[in-house]
Amino acid sequence: MSLSNEQLERYSRHIILKQVGGKGQEKILSGKVLVIGTGGLGAPAAMYLAAAGVGTIGLVDFDVVDLSNLQRQIIHQSQDVGKAKVDSGRETIAAMNPDVKVYTYNELVTAANIKDIIRDQEYDFILDGTDNFPAKFLINDACVMLRKPFSHAGIIRFQGQTMTYVPDAGPCYRCVFREPPPKDAVPTCRQAGVLGVMGGILGTLQATEALKYILGVGELLTGYLLTYDALSMTFRKVKLPRSGDCAVCGEHPSITQLFDYEKPTCEFGK
Amino acid sequence: MKVQVNGEELVLDKPVNIKELLVLAKAEQPDYVTVQKNGQFVERDKFEETVVSEGDTIEFLYFMGGGSR
Repeated sequence: MSLSNEQLERYSRHIILKQVGGKGQEKILSGKVLVIGTGGLGAPAAMYLAAAGVGTIGLVDFDVVDLSNLQRQIIHQSQDVGKAKVDSGRETIAAMNPDVKVYTYNELVTAANIKDIIRDQEYDFILDGTDNFPAKFLINDACVMLRKPFSHAGIIRFQGQTMTYVPDAGPCYRCVFREPPPKDAVPTCRQAGVLGVMGGILGTLQATEALKYILGVGELLTGYLLTYDALSMTFRKVKLPRSGDCAVCGEHPSITQLFDYEKPTCEFGK
Repeated sequence: MKVQVNGEELVLDKPVNIKELLVLAKAEQPDYVTVQKNGQFVERDKFEETVVSEGDTIEFLYFMGGGSR
């Protein structure tokens, strides 16, 4: 692949970086990232990935744009209310950067479809922007089984957290959090609220990890949980051990088949 | 006796176990928090027998969902 004159200009601020250069930009253009959930986290993440020139972006979401989403889900605009989020996301990306090919999956990820979605374009990196624990554990387990790196993140109120899983390089989400909390035991953004920018901060960190992974530069958040508190404006990086007895990535895994935890049925409808 | 809990110093009158520390340090979601002591995970069924001593570093790691809707 060689960069066109237009690409040389569009990505000039990348190309000038010694860690990127023309070769790195070509890697980005060949990069394939799957964004699961095009909400608070996935919206800004997908937009920065698109602007950066990630050549293939997959968007997964089963939901439609709601007016209450627009306070933070910046890939969707007022005229998109009622539209499928993946369609709205695709239109925004198309307007941002013609170099990006967008694949959409207008469905809820389940044990039955997640492997096929990840394999559909043989995505290099998965970005978890979902809002519920059954989905977060499912994405973790699928990525461990398919040996795909992924970025986890969560946001609530004025707080956020993120970590990056890379096969064999560090702990998975299940090493840290063994199993989902019971339904409604941990508040959701809908119940507890979230400052709109939290998705921007954490989602952009996730996009940064995806780009670093594609470029092969720097150190990923592998083996660390980064936590952010906007009220005290504090970032903390907590080192995480790997659990040798992890049920999915441990030496003798007890989870060898994907399964669905109870669906977050309370989240359906409005 | 001083310990570090989520990066902040906490002064304790006497040694306590993890279960007691969760109350003293006002842990959110005490039933679902993941606890690390000096960099190692402490299993939930070991909370009562795991004693926190001078200089220990404790991390409470919380579930955070959010993101989509």
